[in-house]
Amino acid sequence: MLLNQFLILSAVLFAIGVYGVLARRNGVLVLMSIELILNAVNINLVAFGSYVSSVSGEVFALFVITVAAAEVGVGLAILLLLYRNRRSVDLSEADLMKG
Amino acid sequence: MSVLGALVAQNVAFGVIAAIMVFAAIRLVTTRNVVHAALFLVVTLGGVAALFLLMGAEFVGITQILVYIGAVVVLFLFGIMLTRTRIGDEEGTDHAHRLPAVLAAALVATVTIYAVVAGFGDAELPADTRTTTAEVADSIFSTYIVPFEAVSVLLLAALIGAIAVARRD
Amino acid sequence: MVKLPSIGVLAAEGTAEIVQVGGWFLSNVWIIPAIPAASFFAILFFGKRMPRGGSELGIAAVAASLVLALCTVGQWISTVNGAHGAAVEPVVNRWTWWVAGGVDFQLGTLVDGLAVALLFVVTAVSLLVHVYSTDYVAGDVRYTHFFAFLSLFTASMLFFVLAENTIQMIVGWELVGVCSFVLIGHWWEEKPNSDAALKAFLTNRVGDVGLLVGVSVLFFAAGGTFSILEINTKALGGEIGHTLLLVSALCLLAAVISKSGQFFLHTWLPDAMAGPTPVSALIHAATMVVAGVYLVARLYGVFFEGMVIAGSSINALALIGGLTTLVGASLAFVQNDIKRVLAYSTISQLGYMVMALGVGAWTAAVFHLFTHAFFKACLFLGSGSVSHAVHSFDMKADMGGLRRHMPHTYRTFLIASLALAGLPPLAGFWSKDEILAGTGGWGVFGGTGGNGAYTAMLVMGMVTAALTAAYMTRCVYLTFFGRYRGHGHPHESGRRITVPLWILAVFAVGAGWTNLPKGFQIVPKSWTEQFGHFVEPAAAEGFYFPKIAHATPSWTLAIVSILVVLAGGGLAFGYYALVDRRAKAGGPATELADGPTSRWAPARLGHTLLAQKYYLDHLYTGIVAKGTAGPVARGAYWFNQHGIDEVVNQAGRKAVAAGHVVYDRIDQKVIDGVVNTAGAASHGAGEELRRMQTGKVQQYAGVMFVASVVLAAALILVL
Repeated sequence: MLLNQFLILSAVLFAIGVYGVLARRNGVLVLMSIELILNAVNINLVAFGSYVSSVSGEVFALFVITVAAAEVGVGLAILLLLYRNRRSVDLSEADLMKG
Repeated sequence: MSVLGALVAQNVAFGVIAAIMVFAAIRLVTTRNVVHAALFLVVTLGGVAALFLLMGAEFVGITQILVYIGAVVVLFLFGIMLTRTRIGDEEGTDHAHRLPAVLAAALVATVTIYAVVAGFGDAELPADTRTTTAEVADSIFSTYIVPFEAVSVLLLAALIGAIAVARRD
Repeated sequence: MVKLPSIGVLAAEGTAEIVQVGGWFLSNVWIIPAIPAASFFAILFFGKRMPRGGSELGIAAVAASLVLALCTVGQWISTVNGAHGAAVEPVVNRWTWWVAGGVDFQLGTLVDGLAVALLFVVTAVSLLVHVYSTDYVAGDVRYTHFFAFLSLFTASMLFFVLAENTIQMIVGWELVGVCSFVLIGHWWEEKPNSDAALKAFLTNRVGDVGLLVGVSVLFFAAGGTFSILEINTKALGGEIGHTLLLVSALCLLAAVISKSGQFFLHTWLPDAMAGPTPVSALIHAATMVVAGVYLVARLYGVFFEGMVIAGSSINALALIGGLTTLVGASLAFVQNDIKRVLAYSTISQLGYMVMALGVGAWTAAVFHLFTHAFFKACLFLGSGSVSHAVHSFDMKADMGGLRRHMPHTYRTFLIASLALAGLPPLAGFWSKDEILAGTGGWGVFGGTGGNGAYTAMLVMGMVTAALTAAYMTRCVYLTFFGRYRGHGHPHESGRRITVPLWILAVFAVGAGWTNLPKGFQIVPKSWTEQFGHFVEPAAAEGFYFPKIAHATPSWTLAIVSILVVLAGGGLAFGYYALVDRRAKAGGPATELADGPTSRWAPARLGHTLLAQKYYLDHLYTGIVAKGTAGPVARGAYWFNQHGIDEVVNQAGRKAVAAGHVVYDRIDQKVIDGVVNTAGAASHGAGEELRRMQTGKVQQYAGVMFVASVVLAAALILVL
């Protein structure tokens, strides 16, 4: 297998995730797109780890999975609070920081 | 099966998985049904797990299935329920003007793909990339013991933080 | 620390790498912190069910530690005597704790004169505080909890003192910080107390960053070792570059500044007086706050080389210390709360110690640490005894004339005050005088030697000596003399309070005689410099301790410093004698109605400046922390109360209001035809920039993605 086939797939998934983060208005969907981005990174980590025959890539992927789980937990808690206060998770309405 | 045969099988498997993943990912970011999006997320994450197994990273693959599909997606479904997003098709899941997002994503894809193609050309993965769970464990509990502890504290902090943020009183 | 016993078992099985075998007590010194650590858990789990709420466990544990510490002291003294002046290797015992990434993390004990001296101070003061507390916090809702944390604190401090490597020091350092946090907030139901605890904790975090960075820098600079002895040896042997040493010394100095309440991060210490008084005595006077001083003394090789202490006349350490003595002593004047006077006095005395370390007077610093622990603990416990009687800490409103009601407290407090002021033959005089001589700044009058000519530090020390005498006179007068201004009938405290007071008073008198100056003609030669002899490591080639030059004690300097103290104390005494006379004639009892602050504007200005603590708190909370620390401190409670939309709305409203103000003013100006080109230009730019701040998080994300990709593309194309 080529290293690049994994890397390119990862790049495509990353770009799709970026699109999702930018184009979605629903906060839950944005969080899902962020998961997509993190997974793309994980593919890269494991692929590079295999490439240099080191287990480090996998260990880092595990760390990323852990951090991602924590991020989803906190992210959904924030969305919940947002929903409770504004009855909506539409991110385009949450613009009180507007200058 | 010969070595060549195995290689062909691997590449075919990769092609199938990659196609499914890209399709699911695109649907994930375009569907108007939030629950469908979560299900497409399952497909994509499962594809990632399959890729891990293909690369011989068995422990990460299994963890991916357990943590992501087992826990994270369930968490998302709870999030969908608790924020009472309508089940079924819905207006207003996306912004009206999506062109900037498409352009940004295209830019990201172009630059990264150019970079990896220019950087790694046709570098081959080693023929046998399997790593055992024991090796991963050895590495985590010796070389990476400090990051491991740090991550455990991070999880605790996230746990407390999530409770503190979402608590109703 | 809790793991120590099991590791001891490992050692017995033969995996231990014993570097050097000393006496039994010296090599098994890990038992001393292990006992109070065990008692912490015992009190936590079983304390509530015990007849005296667990206090008996704590007292027994600390008493056992004290006995062991005394045995260790004895064995160390005989070891040093047996060496006949040769350099004594510290007794090091260590075991591998864990191995990660090829680095050996070890756990061990390091015993030398410095550690031994601290062992004695910590266990002795802690035992007296334990006994005192059985009366002082009797009947408290969290009585058991209090004793559990006193035990944990004692254990942590002992662990810190015996640390063999810098990692252990960090662990001990953080543990004492946590104990301090818990004990300051002991009565957390009242908002100011929990605020004070948070303030102490957060202020210490600032310095902890420095500690982490400093230790990391030292680890790599010393070629991958955490061992204190190795780091010191390498620093002194010139194996570590000067820049690296300077950087790590400055980072560690940040930690010292926060932990030991040095000027400009000292503001947490007076607030920490919100904790129960025994805690103030133990933690914020005698032991924890000297952790910073101990850190410098421990890693003295790093500081000595990094700060170029020898042959210089100023360095960061000495300057910070000198400023702190002045700031602390001047602020002690305007406090009405007796504990706050003592808190600022502690800051000032800690400044003395840091200054002494900065000028190279290592032994003097450690000696001052030693004597100060006793008389300051005595003062704090005395103030607790007073407040126990009058149910207040306010000297002006609720005290006065207590010497007739509380004879024991009065006498011990007076002795300790004199010791603090530095009158011979009490303890404070000897250590303070040694520091003053150690500055080497007395050069004009014949020279006292030392490591350099730190004349500025000598002047600061002298001024502080006068100030100290004056504010202690004020404190003693307001508390014990004049007319009683409080309510009810104060009465002397019980035995469990007065006995510890008297023991500490005895130390406040006698502790200084352990290190009489060299060449002190009145006593036999063998009596002089005993403390230094046993505590200061004898210099040797390739050793972990720098060769420091010792100052020669000077009669003229001693006499001048006594005169300065007398002058300071006398002035205050005269002032209050006048107050006393006027008070009898019907004037106010605590100050002159027509004193300098009411007649002379500069004096009034100075008083306001002091009363506002040099506006440092305003600077930190009002300006620096308003946007960050304030919400953090109040966040948890506030968050629950109002939820996030309130935060967002408030922020939004304020931003809009601010925007309106700017807009209206600029607009008005334009309409009025006052065409200000610069104003208009900046207005335009602001409007343009404002458009970017849409408040839409995804636009920010988009900008971020595109910008980072463009930067990445630039990197790829260039490389």
